[in-house]
Amino acid sequence: MEKFIVDRAGEVFAEKDKVLAPEVAAYIPAGKAFSGSIWKHEINVRDFIQNNVTPYLGDDSFLAGPTERTNKLWEKVSALMAAERAKNGTLDMDTKIVSTIVSHEPGYIDSELEQIVGLQTDKPLKRAFMPFGGIRVAEKACEAFGYKADEGVHDFFVKNRKTHNDGVFDVYNDAIRKARKSHIITGLPDGYGRGRIIGDYRRVALYGIDALIKERKEQFTQLDHAITEENIRLREELAEQVRALKELQAMAKSYGYDISKPAQNAREAIQWTYFGYLGAVKEQNGAAMSIGRISTFLDIFIERDLAAGVITESEVQELIDHLVMKLRMVRFARTPEYNSLFSGDPVWVTESLGGIDITGRPLVTKTSFRFLHTLSNIGPAPEPNLTVLWSKHLPEGFKKFAAKVSIETSSIQYENDDLMRQYWGDDYGIACCVSAMRIGKQMQFFGARANLAKTLLYAINGGRDEVSGDQAGPAMAPITGDVLVYDEVMAKLDAMMDYLAQTYMDALNIIHYMHDKYCYERIEMALHDRDILRTMACGIAGLSIVADSLSAIKFAKVKVIRDERGLAVDFKTEGEYPCYGNNDDRVDSIAVELVERFMKKLKSLPTYRHAVPTQSVLTITSNVVYGKNTGNTPDGRRHGEPFAPGANPMHGRDKKGALASLSSVAKLPYEYAQDGISNTFSIVPGALGKTEGERIDNLATMLDGYFAKNAFHMNVNVFNRETLLDAMDHPEKYPQLTVRVSGYAVNFIKLTKEQQKDVVNRTFHNCM
Amino acid sequence: MDVEGYIHSVVTGGGVDGPGLRFVVFLSGCRLRCQYCHNPDSWIMQDGKKTPVSELLHEISDYKEFLAGKGGVTASGGEPLAQPDFIKALFQGCKAMGLHTALDTSGFLGADADDDLLKATDLVLLDIKHFDPAQYEVVTGGELAPTLKFAERLAEIKKPVWLRYVLVPGLTDDTDTIEKLAAYARALGNVERVEVLPFHKMGEPKWEALGYGYKLKGTEPPSPDLTAKVRTIFWSHGLPAV
Repeated sequence: MEKFIVDRAGEVFAEKDKVLAPEVAAYIPAGKAFSGSIWKHEINVRDFIQNNVTPYLGDDSFLAGPTERTNKLWEKVSALMAAERAKNGTLDMDTKIVSTIVSHEPGYIDSELEQIVGLQTDKPLKRAFMPFGGIRVAEKACEAFGYKADEGVHDFFVKNRKTHNDGVFDVYNDAIRKARKSHIITGLPDGYGRGRIIGDYRRVALYGIDALIKERKEQFTQLDHAITEENIRLREELAEQVRALKELQAMAKSYGYDISKPAQNAREAIQWTYFGYLGAVKEQNGAAMSIGRISTFLDIFIERDLAAGVITESEVQELIDHLVMKLRMVRFARTPEYNSLFSGDPVWVTESLGGIDITGRPLVTKTSFRFLHTLSNIGPAPEPNLTVLWSKHLPEGFKKFAAKVSIETSSIQYENDDLMRQYWGDDYGIACCVSAMRIGKQMQFFGARANLAKTLLYAINGGRDEVSGDQAGPAMAPITGDVLVYDEVMAKLDAMMDYLAQTYMDALNIIHYMHDKYCYERIEMALHDRDILRTMACGIAGLSIVADSLSAIKFAKVKVIRDERGLAVDFKTEGEYPCYGNNDDRVDSIAVELVERFMKKLKSLPTYRHAVPTQSVLTITSNVVYGKNTGNTPDGRRHGEPFAPGANPMHGRDKKGALASLSSVAKLPYEYAQDGISNTFSIVPGALGKTEGERIDNLATMLDGYFAKNAFHMNVNVFNRETLLDAMDHPEKYPQLTVRVSGYAVNFIKLTKEQQKDVVNRTFHNCM
Repeated sequence: MDVEGYIHSVVTGGGVDGPGLRFVVFLSGCRLRCQYCHNPDSWIMQDGKKTPVSELLHEISDYKEFLAGKGGVTASGGEPLAQPDFIKALFQGCKAMGLHTALDTSGFLGADADDDLLKATDLVLLDIKHFDPAQYEVVTGGELAPTLKFAERLAEIKKPVWLRYVLVPGLTDDTDTIEKLAAYARALGNVERVEVLPFHKMGEPKWEALGYGYKLKGTEPPSPDLTAKVRTIFWSHGLPAV
């Protein structure tokens, strides 16, 4: 099994440890029997999909509009969301009940209307209290919105229950503390849930809780006489996972569903899968809580019910619409600091759609269409974060439909299935924005990102911070010449990158040790294999700034301006130099080299739980905060000016049009950035083509061409800058205006003014 | 022979200058002085960057993944036919790469395009700026006749043409003349589509910067109704208009 998957991440899965669960066969769903045998004897959702999927090669003409119930329910949800916006973004908060899978009574929007049930707390949009990441952080989140955490809970946690945050700060070293303070490393999940773990929620529907518990208990017994430190930890985790599965069962029961056995039909499959996900978002306030790759799995149950004539297309679409409404309502209590990094209240309920399998068969089903169609039936929205796994072999009908929906809603992102499949097989999903992982077989230790632009300034200033003047990094000899010399700068940058990689990895090792200890994701990990691949997902910000700066130093003359403290605080450039984003190898090769160089450094460091180091070139919306905290850079960027998001060229410097800009980004090597390379692309509709048909064709061609060049990711925005400017002035007119930022989408009107301006200032490809 | 040409700029990924995604080369040099020109900085040939055709073809070859299929290369300007040898070499090179070629021209210098150049051209985006000879001169400072002669030559060899018409209120919006143009275009038999381009003022800052007097300061873009009406005229003559 799975012999076809080439493990490029360097770790071999422990297939030998796979536990057979023969009794699972007894639980296979009733009705027309599903095909295949392996999945009936072991937990193996991929095998179930492989044996039962019905690829859909047609167009969108079969789709059904919203039902009356859907319209009424969405009206209610929209009203709740409007009330939430009116209350400064938070409708209600729990301040007393510590959220667990079973902590809250069942909650409903309108039980007469909703076809898929289950809320995080007892009321819609009420945010749960989740202190295990850090009691002070949870309390700060309450205070930011005018609430106060219950004193009893406060006392209990402060006196009796250590949290993740406490553990981390017990152990942090001086270098890490300085690096955090100076913002050379930012956004570390040391005070909030790390997220980016995808439970295989499909397992709940396919096997039911009983079979999942049975498998875990057998695995536990297998380790009865292998009591090493590692296995003690594993056994404790398995025990916790069983406890969580039982709680999930109890939670479903409170809504009137018995999920101990497999789902018997489409409605149950959708509901069971959602319960699995709901358990996760009741238990964890993770930075990104993605749902995986459920649509094609669910399609198998739907196809069977449609064939049996027990459900209609309209009823199917209603179920999907209602599921998606629930996913749009997931909320977490977060602090203002968190919101400034990841703005717009994102949850990253990422759902991966499409792709093809390892034999070349499309995994596009009618339900892939139905998910995209929710953007029409209940309007555009940032969540769930709909991610199309693009292959040149996707059926034309699906390519065109996705392009059409993109043009209409700007709510879709695309990632290169032909590239990722080589690494992760054909049952991976995207966590958060761009992090691919095999569903149920792999997790990552999320690591936010390090600021490469500031690192360059530290190299020039001998480890002193260009803003504070403090010796924040290691004391090294600063550059003293008046003109920057490329080789000298590179040598010092290399040394400073060593410091950065070391400090960064130290921090991540501590964070994930403590997160496992004090804030363990019980239900998410219960829906994984026992033995999994872990990656240590590092990241960099400011790539385009450093590439352009080094290009200026290499091809033009960059003079240093120092202040009275002797710090290089500004730069004056004479002459021309190529900028990243114009498909010019002279500078693009510098960007490539930086990615490779930093990855190699990360690879040389030991990691917690033998995680495989990876890195992303991704900023989310933290590009604005990075800009605020980083002084003038040699590329001419001013102190405070936002970084370009992700791997994007700096705004306005990509002057040769869309294809040149995309081609530069496509050069960044995925081999050295296996946690993903984000590119956010905005184009005005008029530049994409003169008719709707031409715009659809051209966007699909652009995606085909871009991914054929081994590019990794594209956020697609199709709108005019004027629309955004109008929305800034009249937010009430645009409650559902959605824009793709770095790796996710947001309600434009929920962004801060600063972030709105940043989006407005980005390059809009406009070939008039 | 590595022909050199004067190039104003290139834009990759245009979706509006011919079918599919285009690599658009803007050549410098034009003898017309259209009142609404949005690239007045491309009038003087020597202002452009002197570029060997091999260099340009090499650059284009890197975009094959995007341009293959429906898309291709469009030569625009300025007036590309002011440098016919360069365009010929460019298009022949594109054809050798299997790319579609489109020539975006006023047709004013059509006589300078030899048969080999037209052989390497898959599509002509022919911009007839006005159909009344006197008014043509007002709009462009040049003569209409050479353009019509070129249009008829293209018809004769059945070269596909997309007719372009920039709609400027008060300057090119006389519907009777547009009717005549539509009838003429229909009779040519090789006009596959008509693009009615609503006038916009994005070129105005360039006029100011160059110190040229911009005559259309007081002119507003045509209303959507007017644009739709003009498109309907072409449609009524059996010409698909967008």
